[in-house]
Amino acid sequence: MSLRAAALLLADGRFPAGGHAHSGGVEAAVARGRVGDLDDLVAFLRGRLATAGLVDAALAATTCHRAGGAGVLPWGELVAEADARQPSPALRASARVQGRALLRVGRRAWPGPILDELACAGPDGTPHSVVLGACAAAAGLRPGDAAAIAAHQAVAGPASAAVRLLGFDPLAVAAALADLADDVDRVAADAARTAGGSAADLPCGSALLLELGAEDHAAWEVRLFAS
Amino acid sequence: MGSGKTALVAALCRSLAGDLALAVVTNDIYTTEDADFLRQAGVLAGERIVAVETGCCPHTAIRDDIGANLEAVEGLEERLAPLDLVLVESGGDNLTATFSRGLVDRQIFVLDVAGGDKVPRKGGPGVTGADLLVVNKVDLAPAVRADLAVMARDAAARRGGGPVVFCSLTDDPAAGAVTSWVRAQLAVPPG
Repeated sequence: MSLRAAALLLADGRFPAGGHAHSGGVEAAVARGRVGDLDDLVAFLRGRLATAGLVDAALAATTCHRAGGAGVLPWGELVAEADARQPSPALRASARVQGRALLRVGRRAWPGPILDELACAGPDGTPHSVVLGACAAAAGLRPGDAAAIAAHQAVAGPASAAVRLLGFDPLAVAAALADLADDVDRVAADAARTAGGSAADLPCGSALLLELGAEDHAAWEVRLFAS
Repeated sequence: MGSGKTALVAALCRSLAGDLALAVVTNDIYTTEDADFLRQAGVLAGERIVAVETGCCPHTAIRDDIGANLEAVEGLEERLAPLDLVLVESGGDNLTATFSRGLVDRQIFVLDVAGGDKVPRKGGPGVTGADLLVVNKVDLAPAVRADLAVMARDAAARRGGGPVVFCSLTDDPAAGAVTSWVRAQLAVPPG
């Protein structure tokens, strides 16, 4: 099927789901000197895409697949699998903050039983990747769409945060993202292939510096981004 | 930036907290600066002040993508119910800053006399569309050679006669005119 407008809406950085307040670890990486120029940023984005990006895309695709099917939805299992792949308490919390924000707008945009059930299932909030998969299903999208959106967001949000933090030329950053597009597609395709299988077998791509950086960042007194 | 919004919020809290159940949400460029100022000013219990993290863009968090602010307001309402009034402050931005009607029932826009007496004429959605325009720090007008009559004339023209208050927290630490306006609004149904 061709590109769907609902997918574009869900992927749009201007979709009001709170993403603008999160740097995806870039702010911590900048402060520690790990991202200072455009080459550093590209390396950071590649690493993020291959680890956190792949995990999020696989969770989104699997959730979308399950939510689009029949039967009781295994929200608890999906959340447990997401948490099992995220050792950082700060990043678990941040994923829930972003999940709540996405669920708030998702329920308005695509009202119905899928997102209503999800809202009841996770009163403390559900990780963003799981909410994204559920929103995709509620919007009538497919697991591959959910994976592509998650993989895109794994690099697009942090890239935009880097422009704000370091004053990079936004056109150069856009070109860098265009160079990464094949990698994003590959990660999305790998993630989408996992969608029909067991949630326990989903990929696990731990990114130690992202996790340590997030714990550090959450303790800062002064920061520009929430994570 | 620096127009005295947080000081005005503190003044409103002092004037209103005696008989109204209040809470405040702050939106900073840096995380908690304004919330910390309000807590240190002791105008409200610390639990009644919440800071929203805005990722460099306080205007986005109050206009285009209001979820974090809605969550903050709803959290305060759940914890402290019943609340009579929640003040949402967003700061450090520019003339294009404006609040979404999905977030607030009334908007107050604060200008600083020291920013120049041409600012009301320049307009922008804050100046033209806010429910109340506050021209603040009028005690500084002689020092910065700002003509308050010019500001009043231009503001009236830009706002189609909508209310404008000239305010000096140095001369009136209770912000009496702004407080009266807020009290009057509480009697009007939201919307």
